[in-house]
Amino acid sequence: MTITPNQTPSALNFECETGNYHTFCPISCVAWLYQKIEDSFFLVIGTKTCGYFLQNAMGVMIFAEPRYAMAELEEGDISAKLSDYEELKRLCLQIKRDRNPSVIVWIGTCTTEIIKMDLEGLAPKLEAEIGIPIVTARANGLDYAFTQGEDTVLAAMAHKCPKEAPKAEAEKEERNAISKLMNFGKKKEEVKQTEAEYKDHTPLVLFGSLPDPVVTNLTLELKKQGIKVAGWLPSKRFTELPVIEEGYYTCGVNPFLSRTATTLMRRRKTKLIGAPFPIGPDGTRAWIEKICSVLNIEPQGLEEREAQIWENLEDYIKLIRGKSVFFMGDNLLEVSLARFLIRCGMTCPEIGIPYMDKRYQKAELELLEKTCNEMGVALPNIVEKPDNYNQLQRIKELQPDLVITGMAHANPLEARGINTKWSVEFTFAQIHGFTNARDILELATRPMRRNNNLKELGWEKLVKEEAQV
Amino acid sequence: MKLAYWMYAGPAHIGTLRVASSFKNVHAIMHAPLGDDYFNVMRSMLERERNFTPVTASVVDRKVLARGSQEKVIDNITRKDQEERPDLIVLTPTCTSSILQEDLQNFVDRAQMDAQGDVLLADVNHYRVNELQAGDRTLKQIVEFYLQKAVKKNELPEGKTEKPSVNIIGISTLGFHNQHDCTELKRLMADLGIEVNEVIPEGASVHNLKNLTRAWFNLVPYQELGVMTAQYLETEFNMPYVDITPMGVVETARCIRKIQQILNAQGSEVNYEDYINNQTLYVSQAAWFSRSIDCQNLTGKKAVVFGDTTHAIAMTKILAREMGIHVVLAGTYCKYDAEYFREQVSEYCDEILISEDNGAIADAIAKIEPAAIFGTQMERHVGKRLNIPCGVIAAPIHIQDFPIGYKPFLGYEGTNQIADLVYNSFTLGMEDHLLEIFGGHDTKEVITKGISAESDLNWNKEAKAELNKVPGFVRGKVKRNTEKFARERDISEITLEVMYAAKEAVGA
Ligand code: SF4
Repeated sequence: MTITPNQTPSALNFECETGNYHTFCPISCVAWLYQKIEDSFFLVIGTKTCGYFLQNAMGVMIFAEPRYAMAELEEGDISAKLSDYEELKRLCLQIKRDRNPSVIVWIGTCTTEIIKMDLEGLAPKLEAEIGIPIVTARANGLDYAFTQGEDTVLAAMAHKCPKEAPKAEAEKEERNAISKLMNFGKKKEEVKQTEAEYKDHTPLVLFGSLPDPVVTNLTLELKKQGIKVAGWLPSKRFTELPVIEEGYYTCGVNPFLSRTATTLMRRRKTKLIGAPFPIGPDGTRAWIEKICSVLNIEPQGLEEREAQIWENLEDYIKLIRGKSVFFMGDNLLEVSLARFLIRCGMTCPEIGIPYMDKRYQKAELELLEKTCNEMGVALPNIVEKPDNYNQLQRIKELQPDLVITGMAHANPLEARGINTKWSVEFTFAQIHGFTNARDILELATRPMRRNNNLKELGWEKLVKEEAQV
Repeated sequence: MKLAYWMYAGPAHIGTLRVASSFKNVHAIMHAPLGDDYFNVMRSMLERERNFTPVTASVVDRKVLARGSQEKVIDNITRKDQEERPDLIVLTPTCTSSILQEDLQNFVDRAQMDAQGDVLLADVNHYRVNELQAGDRTLKQIVEFYLQKAVKKNELPEGKTEKPSVNIIGISTLGFHNQHDCTELKRLMADLGIEVNEVIPEGASVHNLKNLTRAWFNLVPYQELGVMTAQYLETEFNMPYVDITPMGVVETARCIRKIQQILNAQGSEVNYEDYINNQTLYVSQAAWFSRSIDCQNLTGKKAVVFGDTTHAIAMTKILAREMGIHVVLAGTYCKYDAEYFREQVSEYCDEILISEDNGAIADAIAKIEPAAIFGTQMERHVGKRLNIPCGVIAAPIHIQDFPIGYKPFLGYEGTNQIADLVYNSFTLGMEDHLLEIFGGHDTKEVITKGISAESDLNWNKEAKAELNKVPGFVRGKVKRNTEKFARERDISEITLEVMYAAKEAVGA
């Protein structure tokens, strides 16, 4: 089943505020993508502002000789005294010489947008001249927030995926990293036998960058249902990007990948499986079930598996049951996380979110609504482009038990006696699949556990004047 | 275009925001795309600030690009004016506004008509100045604005304070150990019988800026922030200033003597010599430290210093003049202040390096192989890779450089802190070597210093074993000198004989 346009869940309340909120610039995707794609080099074409942000946001990673650099624009570049092509060529040759990557990803920034530097036009020419593929992604702060940066990069990479499987020897077909991993060390006959463990279905390609252990985990989870993952966008190496043929199924693992989804549907003619995201045991089960139903497979043992996970989470859930959580909104994971936490017994008055694609997130929104109904809690307000100042007034009013927020507000809220969890941690922690549900709760319950340790010290509020929230 | 992996000084708007948000009840509005308010994260994390950082963005997005940001900027200013009633709103341009070339001054003038508080446009250009220069300019701009306003309204208080008094200029948020330095300077002033009139910008109210002229003089502890303001106050209001950084025993004494001279010129009769003497000999442990056996062991040890102008200069002088350490190279990333830097350190070091390129510094360190480095967080990491200890003396800094305990770099307590820092850096290195000399737990292969190139020469088994016996801290040097010797003589395999020959020839 594919997404049907213009069909939105009705009962949830959507609002849109001023867009005056704090989030990371989307160029931050470089930080995790360069680690994920091992043979890549990311060149951010921007200013000192961009460089300063990356340097500080990435912290210690900077010192590990990262495969990323700034092409820092100077006054001559802005006034067009210098030729963009010649300048980029000089830098890319230097990168080729020093690092020899399999792909150079150009990240366009606000400045390249405003001065209208034609990166998409320059890339193919330069690519031909220096012999390294160049992928261009406009991950700037004018258009996108935080995790959407990954979306722009993956959408650009979707164009570079091979169109058809190499027809050569059967062995070559095993190039794909995951099948290699799963067939590792096995003889040919055994491989054939492994093949037999899979049901016969149209190839399925998953998209979204996840740490390798999570990739393996989700792949094996699907394997239990007899579903074979034909490839993953992105793969560990650029040279191993999956084959995407017309008619393949694709499915996203993260809620912020709507451009990638659109590109895969429109440009690569794949069929998108619109499912909730595999975050939390409820989400993971719904995700697998949806894939199974589209591929005409009867899911096996999922109910028991989910129940088992919930049982193991009980010690953490005890800490948050009946408590309230407020999402200020900055990374687009908010709906999925809220849905999971509501299932854990929390209430949620507000879900702030930078951008809401009601089509791409349709199944997730439906699951949210269903969860609220089943748990008997009020439906949250979903606030797109929130206004942090207004949100702080609402937080002051509501006094939620937990606020999930960016670092700019975390310490000031803590000083006013409000528990916070830094939202960015959810983007870097392993939160997908059955196995990682515990990690989400590890993060979400941390302030509660800290409070239990410190309770009765009598110093919750540590600002003098009445909280100026 | 410049290929850059790391930068020492941030973009201009960071400097403006540091100054604006140091003041009480001043709000900065950045004219910037979504995501450029990272300053708030830094302030909240590094300074562990309990209050909300008074910085918001007037977001530049697609719509703004199409229609211009006039209405939005004006609305945001007047909205903030009503919400928080700040005394002053500073509209802060970013790299994005620098190229949009909108008439921000005009927006400010329009917004000022409705706003109750004052509204200013920070006069900084992203492409012309960096964080440090921008901070200096913004501070001067704000001070000038309020003093002129007071002059115009005839509100400037007459005359000087009764007792000698000082303004301390340049303490700011996210400044390296600024809070502790400020406390130490206040203490020093109290000891000298000098009242502190105003401290700016940290914790200051713009309403009090008109009182600046009541002080007898200005003290500017850091080269990077406050000099422009002090110069302005000197030209316009005839206020003398002291810009000698009281860091290290000798410089602290020099700073105090300069203060004495300034006060006496204004009719006070102070003599601080006894105070200096007493502090130097008995309060600060640094002078005694330099006589002690500990410090004797540091004599002639090689060090590299790199940082902002203030700290790199002071550190170079302390190491060379007060501890007898051999500063092979002193450098700064404050290119715009290069001349001053050279003038200050040239007699205390062999080489000077003025560069913003972290690669150049790393290479220099690898080549020199000092026993210790004093630099920024970047140099600390270079040191880690090369197994050379590093004391952090300047920004850019990380959260561990915002200690909760009292750690000034200035004044007499500062000299103690610095002595500890220096001594700990060197002893850590020494202990390491002792371990190796006495056959500690070194099972590592020959350390080829990661930054310089791998050698193409072949070491035979005995030579390799011999090289491994050389203590780690000189092993790299022995290896390189031997190879240089071999290369010059076209020897392709290094044997024990070659090693000894090299040693005799070049003292490797
Ligand atoms: S918002 Fe724009 S200018 Fe700022 S860091 Fe991001 S890309 Fe660079």
